Amino acid sequence: MSNKVNESMSLAKPEANDLSIKQKLAVAIGAIGLLIFGLAIFYTNFPNKILFLTLSLSAIALGTILFANDVYLTKSEGIKNDGVWFKSMSSRGVLGWGTGVLLTGFYIILYFYPKYLGLTPNGEPNTGLISLFDPLSKLLSGNPASQWFVYGTLYTVAILVFGYKFMLKYRHNRYEQLRTASVMFFQLGFAFLIPEFMSRLNASPNYNLPYYDLKSMWPLNYYLFDSWSVNGLLSSGFLGLIMLLFGVLSIFVISPILTYKYGKRWYCSWVCGCGGLAETAGDSFRHLSSKKLSAWKLERWLVHTVLVFSVVMTTAVVYTYLGSDPNKFWITRSTFLLGVGILLTLVFSLTMIFKRHELGKDARYGAIGYFIVIAALFIMHYTGTTHDVFLIKSSSLRSAYGLYIGSIFSGVIGTGFYPIFGNRVWCRFGCPMAAVLGFQQRMFSKFRITTNGGQCISCGNCSVYCEMGIDVRAYAQKGENIVRSSCVGCGICSAVCPRGVLKLENDSMKGRINANEILLGNNVDLMDLINKK
Amino acid sequence: MEHIVIIGNGISGVTAARHIRKLSDTETSSAQAKKITIISAETNYFFSRTALMYVYMGHMKFEHTQPYENWFWEKNNIDLKKGYVKTIDTNSKTLYFTEGNTINYDKLIIATGSKPNKFGWPGQDLKGVMGLYHKQDLENLELHAPNNKVCKRAVIVGGGLIGIELAEMLNSRNIPVTFLVRESSFWNGVLPDGESEMINRHIKSHHIDLRLSTNLKEIISDENGKVKSVIIEGTGEEILCDVVGLTAGVTPNIDFIKDSNIKTSKGIKVNRFLETNIKDIYAIGDCAEQHEAIGNRRPIEAVWYTGRMMGETIAQTICGNRMPYNPGHWFNSAKFFDIEYQTYGWVHNAKNKPNYEDHFHWKHKDDTKCITIAFDKNTNGFLGINTFGIRMKHETFDTWLTEKRPVGYVINHLAEANFDPEFYKRYEKNIIRSYNDKLKLA
Repeated sequence: MSNKVNESMSLAKPEANDLSIKQKLAVAIGAIGLLIFGLAIFYTNFPNKILFLTLSLSAIALGTILFANDVYLTKSEGIKNDGVWFKSMSSRGVLGWGTGVLLTGFYIILYFYPKYLGLTPNGEPNTGLISLFDPLSKLLSGNPASQWFVYGTLYTVAILVFGYKFMLKYRHNRYEQLRTASVMFFQLGFAFLIPEFMSRLNASPNYNLPYYDLKSMWPLNYYLFDSWSVNGLLSSGFLGLIMLLFGVLSIFVISPILTYKYGKRWYCSWVCGCGGLAETAGDSFRHLSSKKLSAWKLERWLVHTVLVFSVVMTTAVVYTYLGSDPNKFWITRSTFLLGVGILLTLVFSLTMIFKRHELGKDARYGAIGYFIVIAALFIMHYTGTTHDVFLIKSSSLRSAYGLYIGSIFSGVIGTGFYPIFGNRVWCRFGCPMAAVLGFQQRMFSKFRITTNGGQCISCGNCSVYCEMGIDVRAYAQKGENIVRSSCVGCGICSAVCPRGVLKLENDSMKGRINANEILLGNNVDLMDLINKK
Repeated sequence: MEHIVIIGNGISGVTAARHIRKLSDTETSSAQAKKITIISAETNYFFSRTALMYVYMGHMKFEHTQPYENWFWEKNNIDLKKGYVKTIDTNSKTLYFTEGNTINYDKLIIATGSKPNKFGWPGQDLKGVMGLYHKQDLENLELHAPNNKVCKRAVIVGGGLIGIELAEMLNSRNIPVTFLVRESSFWNGVLPDGESEMINRHIKSHHIDLRLSTNLKEIISDENGKVKSVIIEGTGEEILCDVVGLTAGVTPNIDFIKDSNIKTSKGIKVNRFLETNIKDIYAIGDCAEQHEAIGNRRPIEAVWYTGRMMGETIAQTICGNRMPYNPGHWFNSAKFFDIEYQTYGWVHNAKNKPNYEDHFHWKHKDDTKCITIAFDKNTNGFLGINTFGIRMKHETFDTWLTEKRPVGYVINHLAEANFDPEFYKRYEKNIIRSYNDKLKLA
């Protein structure tokens, strides 16, 4: 008898990982929910929108919950990665690619062709999918839905239901459970409900609040300092002023303190919405991130370039804004530029003075970035007119950033390509906020991942499941702590380690980066020799 | 330039190569210059053997088991040669390959590891019978046990660390497993009874057909020379199966040396400097056998960590700083399905426990966590700890063992050794209370 007889022709090995009856049923229920959306997109006018919207959202939620229950609650607590590299969805199989294409397509329509979702010009009533969401939007904010409301609702539902799935998957791990509960809370409350409720205030003439997700900090929230946003906040009385102040404090005061104490994880994997989606809906793709050294090099160039771009763009936007009415503000354009220059110089020189020895070759790259920004400030000062900086409109700079970084990078590539490049493409290669927090984490934070003496067996589970593409094993097998700017502190490396080698910790700065090979040889004399440089 | 040839690209051989490269030059003019060649017949590149199970389970792909990217070797001037060494001529310092070619060495490090034990069972070489050690074993398993339609049942013979890993692997593809264990309780040749019994229950909770005190009599073939069933010794029971996993320990992989004048017994005989009886030939890792055991250690230590230590040590010797293999306090770890296990120092099982050794055992009521602390009942000195389901720090116990702390100190400071992730439930108070209760009873 040939062994081949029973083998499936499928690229994946589904035999061992067939869906159970219950799981198939759950998929069917979820598909019904999506089908309603599909019909709405093709202009099916549902008679009772409230009913059908409730039906579709509940079907999606119910399908995911039933599926997760059957996958995880039927098994004992522990690591659940069986068959990850066999399943078509999670190993860049047909399902993975198909999902990637669909998601990418959705983002392209969302950002560039919202009319196909049913958006109408000039305040005419919505049609299509967007109109299906009108009842919910009216309930929350009093206004009809927009494509962003549809997106926000789906985004929140995804984080909630896949968050539930993730919590079942890691029900033996309280760190993962608390972290997930936290991102679910911040998404539902801060990113979704509060902004909707705030826009209710705008019914009163005293308020003109922009959409503002309080937890979304500049530079991730790159439109915070746009004129419409600042104008909106400034014309909304005390509340608006407080919110603007909070936005400024968040990035310059609150985030450095929290990052010092806990590492950038407090934001990236406990609060942030992009991180929240990556950790929940994107969890099944975390192992697809590239661990090659070349990918790390690309990451460092790309993410810091985006940061420089966003700093220059924001400065230009604010600069232009200040120029619009010189008598209105307590700060003039020149003082503003000077202020930005002084702040950057301060950060740059403090880093060089105290951390020079840790940086090595990177110091040069840091210097390049610093001088580009400073040069940009000078050019702005000397070429800036009321409308133009760099002889182009700052608004063009702003819309280029919004298009290429805000839409294409973070949305189309960042999320659309989850099933191909892994779930943290945006966070790793593009997010300027991650670059800022990462810089703080690398230079000035108590956070590190400690390794447990000589217990590492170099199996590589930690590296495979690192969504940020950090080769964790390279450190663990040498007994070195992991202090990397990109680490978002998701804790999965520690969870999947079969030998109890990795632990996320906040401890003193001293001895945080231990380049010494400790305890591997477990022979004191030998270790002295090995560590002799 | 001195040519160092290493046979075997496992953790021992590769660690030796890496450290020799760190300590030497590649400039031909330098006196410290060394050319390094690693020979392997198994794979092109170093991989982590311990991770093979995760490839079958679909947690990883094979390339993920390789700790270094493929460019690493050329960049560090370490030559890799694929080939199977058939014989060694120690006089002319020549290796002969089965492929017919030869290679000369100035110094030779043998790091060929182990192979699975086969105890002469009838049918042990049938198709579908395999160990779990080499990459080829994994390929063989993939062939014979791709799913539960091709492999309707698998029988595992031998209740050790590899046996339970194989059970977990097959279980991940929903293949029913019968697990034959010679001992009266799983791995109780090493573990104290309380721990061993907890693992028995854990194995059964994963629907493994665990047969304790059971031996294999023979393996029966079908008409195509493939395994059809196994017969149990004593009862004569026949168990139908498509795969038999032989996991009754390993033995040094040194058949190709037997005809040379390198002295061997079970393994290649080495002194504390890891030198064989022939000058310029060394043996490290699983295949090396110490003339005399070091402390409580076995003369042959088939453990990942000791292989790595020997690799680090031999690199010093090769690079002009002759150094004895001097391992510190014993440590090890494993994972039994969902339960992680770590050990520091020595905790003996019931049979091997010396007279002076006493145990404090604590078990959580959920039956997945327990610790056993061994101490000297005369001096109260701390001897070692086994921990299940609670992660603990290597460095802390290493320090306590060196400082010869009393057992009371260790129990009361256990929180300092905790290495569980943040927000995990802590059990130290519970453990201390249980210890104090036992003191009162005593």
